[in-house]
Amino acid sequence: MKTIINKKEINIKTEDKDLNLLEWLRETIGMTGAKNGCGIGVCGACTILIENKPQKSCILKVQDIIGKEVTTIEGMANADGTLHPLQQAFMDAGAIQCGFCTPGMVLTAHAFLLKNPNPTRLQARQAIKGNLCRCTGYQQIIDAIISASAYYNS
Amino acid sequence: MKTMNSKSTAWRNDAYAKVTGIAKYTDDLKMLNCLHAVPVYSDYVSAKIISIETDKAMKQPGVVKVVTYKDVPGNLQFGQIIKDYSIFAHDRIRTCGDVIAVIVAISRQQAIDAIPFVKLVAEELPAVLDAEEALKEGSPLVHESHGSNIANYHCVRTGDIAKGEKEADIIIEQEFTTSRIEHAYMEPESALCWQRPDGVMEVFGSMQHPFSTRRFVASTLGKPLSDVEVKTVPMGGGFGGKDDTAAIVCARTALCSMMTKRPVKMTYSREWSMRESYKRHPYKIQYRMGLKNDGKITFVKVRMVADGGAYCSVTPWVTWRSTVQCCGPYEVPNVHCDVYGVYTNNIYCGAMRGFGSPQVNFAIEQLIEMAAEKLGLDEIEMRRRNMVHQGSITVTGQKLDMHTVSLEQVLDIVVKESDYLNKKQKCSFGKSENDQLYGIGLAISYRGMSLGAEGTDFNSAIINVQPDGSILLETGVHENGQGSESAMILLCAEHLSVSKDRIRYRQPSTSNIPDGGTTVASRGTLLGGGAVVNAAKQLREHIARVIAPDLKCKAEDVIFENEILYDKDKKHKISFNEAIRLMYSRQEYPYSFGVFQAPQVSWDEHTGQGNAYFTWVYACQAVELKVNAKTEQITLLNMIAAHDVGKAVNPELLKGQFYGGMAMGAGYGILEKCDVKNGKVVPTNLHQYRILRSTDLPEMTAIIVENYDPVSPSGAKGIGEPTNEIMAPAIANAVYHATGKRYPDQPVKIIVERRDTEAQSHGEKK
Repeated sequence: MKTIINKKEINIKTEDKDLNLLEWLRETIGMTGAKNGCGIGVCGACTILIENKPQKSCILKVQDIIGKEVTTIEGMANADGTLHPLQQAFMDAGAIQCGFCTPGMVLTAHAFLLKNPNPTRLQARQAIKGNLCRCTGYQQIIDAIISASAYYNS
Repeated sequence: MKTMNSKSTAWRNDAYAKVTGIAKYTDDLKMLNCLHAVPVYSDYVSAKIISIETDKAMKQPGVVKVVTYKDVPGNLQFGQIIKDYSIFAHDRIRTCGDVIAVIVAISRQQAIDAIPFVKLVAEELPAVLDAEEALKEGSPLVHESHGSNIANYHCVRTGDIAKGEKEADIIIEQEFTTSRIEHAYMEPESALCWQRPDGVMEVFGSMQHPFSTRRFVASTLGKPLSDVEVKTVPMGGGFGGKDDTAAIVCARTALCSMMTKRPVKMTYSREWSMRESYKRHPYKIQYRMGLKNDGKITFVKVRMVADGGAYCSVTPWVTWRSTVQCCGPYEVPNVHCDVYGVYTNNIYCGAMRGFGSPQVNFAIEQLIEMAAEKLGLDEIEMRRRNMVHQGSITVTGQKLDMHTVSLEQVLDIVVKESDYLNKKQKCSFGKSENDQLYGIGLAISYRGMSLGAEGTDFNSAIINVQPDGSILLETGVHENGQGSESAMILLCAEHLSVSKDRIRYRQPSTSNIPDGGTTVASRGTLLGGGAVVNAAKQLREHIARVIAPDLKCKAEDVIFENEILYDKDKKHKISFNEAIRLMYSRQEYPYSFGVFQAPQVSWDEHTGQGNAYFTWVYACQAVELKVNAKTEQITLLNMIAAHDVGKAVNPELLKGQFYGGMAMGAGYGILEKCDVKNGKVVPTNLHQYRILRSTDLPEMTAIIVENYDPVSPSGAKGIGEPTNEIMAPAIANAVYHATGKRYPDQPVKIIVERRDTEAQSHGEKK
């Protein structure tokens, strides 16, 4: 059983396939970018992309990613550490405060922009509906998404 | 005066780590041989403990230790003001969040699985669940040793209330209530502790107060402060909520680590966090206000009752701010104010962003409009006639002459930018051809900065320039996510005239920087920034003394500019790096320790008079909204805020404080309420305790007003809380303008015509 995480093939042990996906990512794979904010799929801090679709990993099992392609926040930047334009846009727009929602927010925005590279502010607002943020009021996150859309457009 | 609205690029020192997911929050940290701890609660709200049996739990797979009160070597009791909180319940259960034991196991799941095997034998006692009931004679005492359920009482006595009554042409009375709310920081509490080989207990934790955490940990372990080192790691939000509870989680974890001699991690689930962590106080506020026909307020009589729950926490300080600001930002010659912080068996309440002001502002900013309407005056004009101006005397007798009193300025800006006067004409007042009712509303406030007469108020900063010219900076301010480290770096760069890229904010440790108090009360930039500015000034003077001969000038004539030192005629120059190299070669350390001590404040507890705060900030926020008369839905259309911050240190991050504060304030206005039923916290997780999602919020405008504050070394004041204290009343006022109905209970829940009978009973209940 295999999965591809951030373009790298990973073997899934049989005994792991019933484990909680978020816990497995954080504890077994060592990717702590996805966070546990509620554990019931409500806050979005644990968001990862499965086949470029945002999913709440805290309510999934490891078996849900068998044979699938997964992107976590650790896979957004380039191998040399340079940022994806969307990440740069988050930084430039002041979209980051405590940062706990940021990984999930970036991934949700990325999936959205892949599908809709030319969004209105309202569409961007709707796209991040499933990701809670207590710090920013979402204003600068939406600024970041709109500003990054130029990259997805080209 | 300067206002800013332009767009620049945001900068913060931790942005890269946070946007790439490599930032390590407490639960992300791993240690070899780490054990995991979980809390055990009881099903009681009020009970006498007979025994806590842990034998069965001890025998469960993976369980290493079950810790109870018996294991505490130091102090079992704590509290920042009254030591009424037991780190482990021992004789009494006083509320649903009381922890009777902590289970330590090899894995977290094993610890969780053992929870049902801890057995509590207890005898249920009568509980008191309402603050007014708790005040009555014969009510069960939450803390018998305290002698009453009044945790604290504050008053204000200004002028002559009888005279005010006599002078009044009209009198208006209204009761308001506000609800208990949850901070809902995105990261639940977490702590990781280990006993270092040198005997020091090292603590990493999600808390906003490293120094009070150190006090709590040392007190529990029975160790001196020097044997506990609390280190700062990124924290997923606090909003005042990661004070007591977060520190207590750290203290319990440290105890587990000390007992097992292994690293121990305790990460709370959201359910535990909601159950145990303290909330914002619900208030009942009863106003009686007298006014002349010209709109001038002649007196205010007000009584407030705050339900502090089972433990005191910082209730006396929270209610003190409500006391000082009991009349809102208005001049009132005769004031009679009584404020009670009350013990009940409900979940306890403590600090939350705003700290006693959101409740009062929700009430007074509606009351002032109700009075205006009664007098046939425009609500803006009404405010102008009563608001504080330069040189005004506050209700506690403080003269506002040490800084620019800009309340009218911020009001003018918001009235203009929101087109308030024109839009007010378009408000529906309950009448609409379709079901859409439209309203605009605003609110104003002033806010005493920092702790005021609540406590000692000072902070320090260390600037340590390395031999290669790179700089290590540390302050006693904690990074709560608001960007305080970035603000400190920018101030340091500005005042040393060097690039911010030279400066690294050192991971702060309570064993290095002196105790600077807590990062609360919007005091980070003001106090910590003040210390940085003073440290930079000392360092400049030191470098100038050493380098002046090289520049062939006197020390006082050395100029620092863009990383170069000049004499005043700019005939000679030395680079900053070269100056540092010369210092080291001359056996001089380019190191400074700067302190900012807040100016003296005063308070007389008996008269409620004094110079409560050394400076104040001024704010105005407005909102436009729609109310659907059929669905009861409130739709926010836009929100705008103007705040005088003294000086904008990091404008884009500052705006982030505006937006976040407005959003949280809007949630308080229309949605948030943490119900407690039979003493138990009803919502268990974020599906039941709802905070505003992106689609619930409108576009926002942030207007930064800068009137440099002469009392602040950097010129800057605070912003975290001012942004969060007036959106709810602005919404309530807008809802009134839309529906023609007042909603004196927060959150505002629309009750439409077809439910008129219910609406009336809702009103009568109060």
